[in-house]
Amino acid sequence: MADTILEMRGITKTFPGVKALQDVTLQVERGTVHAICGENGAGKSTLMKVLSGVYPAGSFDGQILLEGSPVEFRSINDSEAAGVVIIHQELALSPYLSIAENIYLGNEQSRGGLIDWNRTNLEAGKLLRRVGLKDNPITKIVDIGVGKQQLVEIAKALSKEVKLLILDEPTAALNDDDSAHLLGLISQLREEGITSIIISHKLNEIEAIADKVTIIRDGRTIETLDLKAGEVSEERIIKGMVGRDLESRYPDHEPHIGEELLRIEGWNVFHPIDRSRQVVFDANLVVRAGEIVGIAGLMGAGRTELAMSVFGHSYGSNISGHVYKRGREIKVNTVAQAVENGLAYATEDRKRYGLNLIDDIKRNISGSALGKLATWGVVNGNKETTVANEYRKSMNIKAPTVAAITGKLSGGNQQKVVLSKWMYSDPDVLILDEPTRGIDVGAKYEIYTIINRLADQGKGVIVISSELPELLGICDRIYTLSEGHITADVPRAEATPEHLMQYMTTYRETTEA
Amino acid sequence: MTSTLTPEQRGAAPVPTPPQGNPVGRALRYLRSQLSQTGLFLALIVIVLFFQITTGGVTLQPDNVSNLINQNSYILILAVGMVMVIIAGHIDLSVGSVVAFVGAVAGVMITRMGIPWPVAIVLCLVLGAVVGAWQGFWIAYFGIPAFIVTLAGMLLFRGLAQVVLGGTQISPFPDGFRAIGSGFLPAFGTTGYEPLTMILGALASIAIVITQLRQRSIRRKYDLEDEPLVWFLVKLVFTVGLVLLVTVLLASYNGTPIVLLILGALVVVYTLVMGRTVFGRHIYAIGGNLAAAQLSGVKTKRTTFLLFVNMGVIAALGGLVFTAQLNLASPVNGNGFELDAISAVFIGGAAVTGGIGTVPGAIIGGLIIGILNNGMSILNVGIDVQQVIKGLVLLAAVAFDIYNKRRSGGR
Repeated sequence: MADTILEMRGITKTFPGVKALQDVTLQVERGTVHAICGENGAGKSTLMKVLSGVYPAGSFDGQILLEGSPVEFRSINDSEAAGVVIIHQELALSPYLSIAENIYLGNEQSRGGLIDWNRTNLEAGKLLRRVGLKDNPITKIVDIGVGKQQLVEIAKALSKEVKLLILDEPTAALNDDDSAHLLGLISQLREEGITSIIISHKLNEIEAIADKVTIIRDGRTIETLDLKAGEVSEERIIKGMVGRDLESRYPDHEPHIGEELLRIEGWNVFHPIDRSRQVVFDANLVVRAGEIVGIAGLMGAGRTELAMSVFGHSYGSNISGHVYKRGREIKVNTVAQAVENGLAYATEDRKRYGLNLIDDIKRNISGSALGKLATWGVVNGNKETTVANEYRKSMNIKAPTVAAITGKLSGGNQQKVVLSKWMYSDPDVLILDEPTRGIDVGAKYEIYTIINRLADQGKGVIVISSELPELLGICDRIYTLSEGHITADVPRAEATPEHLMQYMTTYRETTEA
Repeated sequence: MTSTLTPEQRGAAPVPTPPQGNPVGRALRYLRSQLSQTGLFLALIVIVLFFQITTGGVTLQPDNVSNLINQNSYILILAVGMVMVIIAGHIDLSVGSVVAFVGAVAGVMITRMGIPWPVAIVLCLVLGAVVGAWQGFWIAYFGIPAFIVTLAGMLLFRGLAQVVLGGTQISPFPDGFRAIGSGFLPAFGTTGYEPLTMILGALASIAIVITQLRQRSIRRKYDLEDEPLVWFLVKLVFTVGLVLLVTVLLASYNGTPIVLLILGALVVVYTLVMGRTVFGRHIYAIGGNLAAAQLSGVKTKRTTFLLFVNMGVIAALGGLVFTAQLNLASPVNGNGFELDAISAVFIGGAAVTGGIGTVPGAIIGGLIIGILNNGMSILNVGIDVQQVIKGLVLLAAVAFDIYNKRRSGGR
């Protein structure tokens, strides 16, 4: 009886070595807002890429039925022609073109081979009013804020006569006002008969506007809950998102926690380009010697932003707050200062920010502490090789020699090179951002062992991770971060996934000082 | 992404296997993996042999070899600075104009102001540093792309050269100054092979053998050696043979060109700078991955600034040598030299994207250009056709390099 606009049946998508999606089913009714929930990496975005033809038909198994008939999208153009439009997390607008030009990019309103600017701007103006924007269509994209840009994306979708609108984390980059406006618009479009699929981490938003929610975990559909039929609490959704057993994938570790090493007080960070948008709010954080401290937060919560701003102001603008090491205030205005003061930061994106991929293992390892190997500016190559060989052995880096190029190593071994680099700089506090991302299970175990070893040497370790089981498995204490606010400081003994997820999805006014 | 691997799969990451098999097979495999460096060296030899045959033996006549070194010294000097700039991911289009500017200032100082030429040389090198600091400031601290800053510098310093010369040319220069461009070390003996040159050549050969053997033994000690012994010996014999050949040829003519000593010193010093010093290593790190270098605490701005100061000094040195050789300071000196230097660097295997390149590679690239110039002139090839051929050689060298990388990356 229900009018089903979209049905996805038995979708299975495999990447080399990983099953990203396994037998996923999804049914969306016409004229509803359907939310998709899941942890980072659960497979939500992959599913939407399958649906929109980013992964072409044939590169996955399963069937897609649109309005009852099977469809095979070979590209984004195919899916858009059928009325399925996806708006990605990273907006795809050309900054120096006008709003109208962006709306009709690839779909130019032309007559006799020449663009009809009057019609372009007129029609764009109508679309803008539909999404509640009063801006002139000839305004350039750079001159409007992120919130309005998101609305332009929707206007662009409307210009294509969209039936099914997919929004991937639409409010992740927006402030509260813009978010509220966007959600209002999605409800309004529902009144006009447009179906939306919305991927979001923000459970309060889902509760507010979605009719149904499908929960995906580890690449499988777990359940679909009807939000309109009865009371579905956030706790209920969280349980579905995290409900999995903790396997014994973590080495045992007895912590020996000592004096306070690092204290961050009243830390505020603003976005580097959109300088009015605050990314981290008044954060306070303490790490003690021998302690492994986790930072849990969903995508966009400000985890990396917090870490990188502390590490030599390498992210953000208008940074304020204090950093103390062993009770003495230190300056961390440049990376060099941060390193001198005994901080280290191993990035979440080791290929872009962590390694010189065209250089070899030994030179990458010595990269942050070359001064230790040099006298009068001349590097002692023999000593460098000796040091690199020691790390190759102790970290179990699998490569024929330390002269191997890092770009050719596996992800796990690359990560070990990054860790070696920072261990050689002999820091007191290491910040490890997603230390096991893209690494197979075996190498993960080794990384956890290394983290434990660092703590046993009396160093403070901060681990940022999207995987709650990982944090619960290795950390002594976990901070939760939600929308730039530290919402809780939970000792390991009291932490459960449900408990943490709750703090990660709700920002409470009361925690603000 | 949580995968469901069993614990048995722990540590199952692929381990690249060390080379195996018989020594000849290993040598060939190694040769293939090192094709870009080896190919460059082989290309140089093939080009020399080609011209040796087509010119009827003129190319390797003693006087021609001596000329070859003198006439191409400026490309080689500039290429040493340029390769460093390009490794860092930048470019310098201004070096040709800096050559003219420094030459003009040297001319005014020496002939019009009567400053003793050794003092003038020092002042001109300082001037080069100032020029480099000017460009380095805009590039490193202001964040303007090097392409723009040095394009502006190309116009700026060419114009300043004209201003300094006031629309005239300056000539002649004192003999002492001219010697740095076209002079020879004092000759001993009257006939046959000049002994000082022979001694220098022998010393250079011994130095090469000792350092190569020492490096190999160190690499073996640290288990880094993958170069087969056969290939190592072939390369060593070839290099020493080449040095001795040039020595004999020079010794049977006028002896050792002074500019060869300058070049030799530059090559040795800057090979060490790029390979062994913190400064050089930071240049590679910046070119290889700027963001990673920054996040490793490398002072990227200061390094970039100093890099351009260094380039300015080297360009000034090139200007002094060229002016001395020509015995003329003219506003059109050094026209297009930047393109020769850049070509030499890319023929020498540097990557446009930065992070890859070597000083010896740039020198071989410069020699290839020099020998092409020289050989084609002897063959009376017109200047128009010469340009066509040089363009094609540059394109072919870089295409070969990219093809090679793609092939090895695909495996």
